[in-house]
Amino acid sequence: MKEFTVLDLIDLDLKENIALNLKCIGGRPGLSRVITNSKINRPGLTLSGFFEEFSYDSIQLFGKGEQAYLHRLEENQSFSTIEKMFTYQIPCVIFCDGGAPGQRFLELAERSGCPVLKSDLASGEFAIRVYQALSDVFAPQKTIHGVLVEVFGVGVLITGDSGVGKSETALELIERGHRLISDDSVKLRSVSGNLLIGSGENEYLAHHMEIRGLGIINITHIFGVSAIRDKKQVQLFVQLEEWDSNKNYDRVGGDMTIEILGVTIPKLEIPVKPGRNVPIIIETAAMNERLKKLGYYSAKEFNQNVLKWLESESARDLFYKNEDTF
Amino acid sequence: MVEKVVTVKNRAGIHARPAALIVKTANRYSSNLYIEKDDMRINGKSIMGIITLGASYKTELKIITEGKDEQEAADAIEQLFVTRFEGE
Repeated sequence: MKEFTVLDLIDLDLKENIALNLKCIGGRPGLSRVITNSKINRPGLTLSGFFEEFSYDSIQLFGKGEQAYLHRLEENQSFSTIEKMFTYQIPCVIFCDGGAPGQRFLELAERSGCPVLKSDLASGEFAIRVYQALSDVFAPQKTIHGVLVEVFGVGVLITGDSGVGKSETALELIERGHRLISDDSVKLRSVSGNLLIGSGENEYLAHHMEIRGLGIINITHIFGVSAIRDKKQVQLFVQLEEWDSNKNYDRVGGDMTIEILGVTIPKLEIPVKPGRNVPIIIETAAMNERLKKLGYYSAKEFNQNVLKWLESESARDLFYKNEDTF
Repeated sequence: MVEKVVTVKNRAGIHARPAALIVKTANRYSSNLYIEKDDMRINGKSIMGIITLGASYKTELKIITEGKDEQEAADAIEQLFVTRFEGE
């Protein structure tokens, strides 16, 4: 994965309600320093001189308390703990609540090559937002070959060998009113340990499809913005394969699953044969997934009803054969 | 499985025309073709996948072929890079 620098943190394009509002106020050359994890440290203990277990590889957050203590140190001209802090390779120092350090602090930061940033957000709010943003950046990810579409609100990841018809299936789904997230290359990221979010690889190439015989088409231009989406949770994994007469395909509605990046997702294997309508099978699968989420397990219910019916049939037989039981 | 490392010698990088040439060549062989850049691996038989790699001038790529005709496939793809995608 590409290295994530402090400059990348400032440049993160986040929506209004999760924006970080970061500005660099010193140590500009240090913006190339790398952030390697989503940890946050508030260096109160460090400033007071306690360096055991100092989390120097996290970003250092200066909230109101830390700034007040720093101010006291500056007043007393005691900069030894600050100097010692800067001997560690810390990624950056961030002042919240719109605060800023004194001149000497900035000099020491610049000398050690550490960038100094500030944000107008309160430290509590900032900590929550930056943790979310960094967790996103460092989430385990992988890129796979497949198509991600949203069908009736369900994120369906369609995979299969080249030429089996993934793109054409997706094209028909789009024409029926569903949404394309990405064709051909889907970037999957595991968020919060149990969610798999799929998106396109980059914004320039997203929402284009390659169709044999047509070439590359721009879905947004042809079908409109309601036919596309930037990212979607993957809730169903569909594997298209050429019909293999030797293979046993699911006839009852069993529960096959697949694990990707530690997240378990329901999986379907759908055989493709000329004349078979694959898009409608996928639509039905998506609707079935929704039903399951609501608690209706069609296949299980069906079997329970069959059992009840068989039981009542055998009770009838018993009734008619034993005339002396009543 | 056959692996080869190639370098992009075109100034413009791998844009639509070179990508189409790779796909055309790859589809002549039954083997699977994967192209790797850093830690990203894409299916070499699809144009969108190749373009998504964002392989610019001087980028190093790894060609991986798997299948019956893997050696011929790998050689053919390597040739494309060597000849800078000029001509068929």
